[in-house]
Amino acid sequence: MNLNKILKNALLVAFACLALSACAKKVSTGQMQGDVYTGTDTVEYLASGVPDRVFFATNESILTTKSRETLRKQATWLRKNSKINIVVEGHADERGTREYNLALGERRANAAKDYLMTYGISADRISVISYGKERPVDSGSNPLSWSKNRRSVTVKAN
Amino acid sequence: MMIFFRYLLILIFLVPINSFALIEVDISRGNLAPLPIAVSPLSLDKESKNNLKKLLKKEDLGSEISIVVENNLKMSGLFNPLNKDSFLQKPDIAHLKPRFEDWALIKAQALITGKVTVIDEKLRVEFRLWDVLAAKEMMALAFTTVPSNWRRVGHIITDKIYERLTGEKGYFDTRIIYVAEEGPKTRRIKKLGIMDQDGFNTKYLTLGNELVLTPRFNPTNQMVTYLSYFRNLPRVYLLDIETGIQEVVGDFPGMTFAPRFSPDGKKIIMSFAKDGNSDIYTMDLENRIVERITNHPSIDTSPSYSPDGKYICFNSDRSGYQQIYIMKSDGSNVKRISFGKGLYGTPVWSPRGDLIAFTKLHKGKFYIGVMRTNGKGERLLTENFYQEAPSWSPNGRVLIFYRETKTDEKGEGFSAKLWSIDLTGYNERLVETETDASDPSWSSLLSN
Repeated sequence: MNLNKILKNALLVAFACLALSACAKKVSTGQMQGDVYTGTDTVEYLASGVPDRVFFATNESILTTKSRETLRKQATWLRKNSKINIVVEGHADERGTREYNLALGERRANAAKDYLMTYGISADRISVISYGKERPVDSGSNPLSWSKNRRSVTVKAN
Repeated sequence: MMIFFRYLLILIFLVPINSFALIEVDISRGNLAPLPIAVSPLSLDKESKNNLKKLLKKEDLGSEISIVVENNLKMSGLFNPLNKDSFLQKPDIAHLKPRFEDWALIKAQALITGKVTVIDEKLRVEFRLWDVLAAKEMMALAFTTVPSNWRRVGHIITDKIYERLTGEKGYFDTRIIYVAEEGPKTRRIKKLGIMDQDGFNTKYLTLGNELVLTPRFNPTNQMVTYLSYFRNLPRVYLLDIETGIQEVVGDFPGMTFAPRFSPDGKKIIMSFAKDGNSDIYTMDLENRIVERITNHPSIDTSPSYSPDGKYICFNSDRSGYQQIYIMKSDGSNVKRISFGKGLYGTPVWSPRGDLIAFTKLHKGKFYIGVMRTNGKGERLLTENFYQEAPSWSPNGRVLIFYRETKTDEKGEGFSAKLWSIDLTGYNERLVETETDASDPSWSSLLSN
């Protein structure tokens, strides 16, 4: 990691802390960009080199460059394995009301679904479900844990 | 399943003397000097005592009913029940003719006395409310019911006293339905729980096999609407808690959530999410007609009707962030009403019609607050790490909500509990539950 990048990450983390204004402890710089999780702690793989999940910024459902890359890998794998159907699960962190988070999870899952569809995966093969904030993968109450929980996860349905 | 209304309570008015108010309790402000009140144990004759021992295996029901009343009065924050050890007069004599000097001596301003009898396996409870300083009876009532209903008798007595002294309906003969939670945060088991307003008689309505969320009472009967992930299809359900019969509400090709009844109990209003967009719909429970109320590419959720059914408040992020809006019940005249700093969610219209309670997130803290229906007069009642989902007591004086604690660095220390707070911002209290709990919904008064 060059100096420039370290500086940039530090600034981004500082910004994330300001944005959340509840930054309980320092976040290790390598694992978040803005407040989007970039680590691999919780990531599982649909196949070798095909990560199962993408991460979102607080209150957002916009796909980052890295998320789009992950979803393109999923699309490629799905095209090769045309008998496999998937469920895209949308999730939110614990810092929002239950009802709004259910809607937000649905929005995130659909953002991932739409992207897979633009890469040639038929809508018939993709179902979505939102769990809102009810199924966190990390039980911590800090910005890093929350960033791991703001996610959509692609799961094999058959 | 539970049977709530098999035995109706029979109300008999005893000689009503002096119907003009003597003592008065002002509930519109934070009550820093609660009214000193003496709740005498209800008297119980020997024969009734023996009968009750057989029927309920209880030694002294007179005393136990008075404890229910005393506890309710204390929790309201408006009354200060005095220590029974200081009472000079015996319960049976006090009930006939209190020696007011004795009660004035211990600084009681009001006195409650009563008598319990059991005849032919029927429980009869009478009580009197006395103004100690004016040396007058304010109210006298008697109830007949089955013995197993004894706690409800205590709640109804409290409602009558509350109403007589404050001029407003009480909220004690009510129930709370909520989500009972157990297990670690990442694998939480959630069930529907129901209990009396004071935390007694807890029962579970689902087994915990599927995720359930946001139960809400029908304001007119004992039906409940909630979200269930049965077969991994998140849908709004309607449940009859007397029969246990449940059904999916409507036939939507996607997730339905955030349900609530209309004030007349005839419609369910909820969100339906499709292709990343949530809008508000209603379904008429009689003719099953579904109507779309909002049509906007943003998230529209958490709808709640005004008590006259003419308006709906709801949560939308159409401005870019979560804010509170109101509209006519047909979906026209949408107006944003929240303009303070932060994000706003879960608006709920007060049963009195004048206020909307909400959850607010600002600078990493969660608040429960109220604002007038035009968005003016915002008042934050309580601040914490995480709390949300207020529900009004049927008289619109108290809010119940849930609060979650922060987990520590090891991911431990998480809890979810029910809390209540007065509209005044005073009298914040933990509402005890057997398990962790969230999403409380307050029922209407079970009897009037």
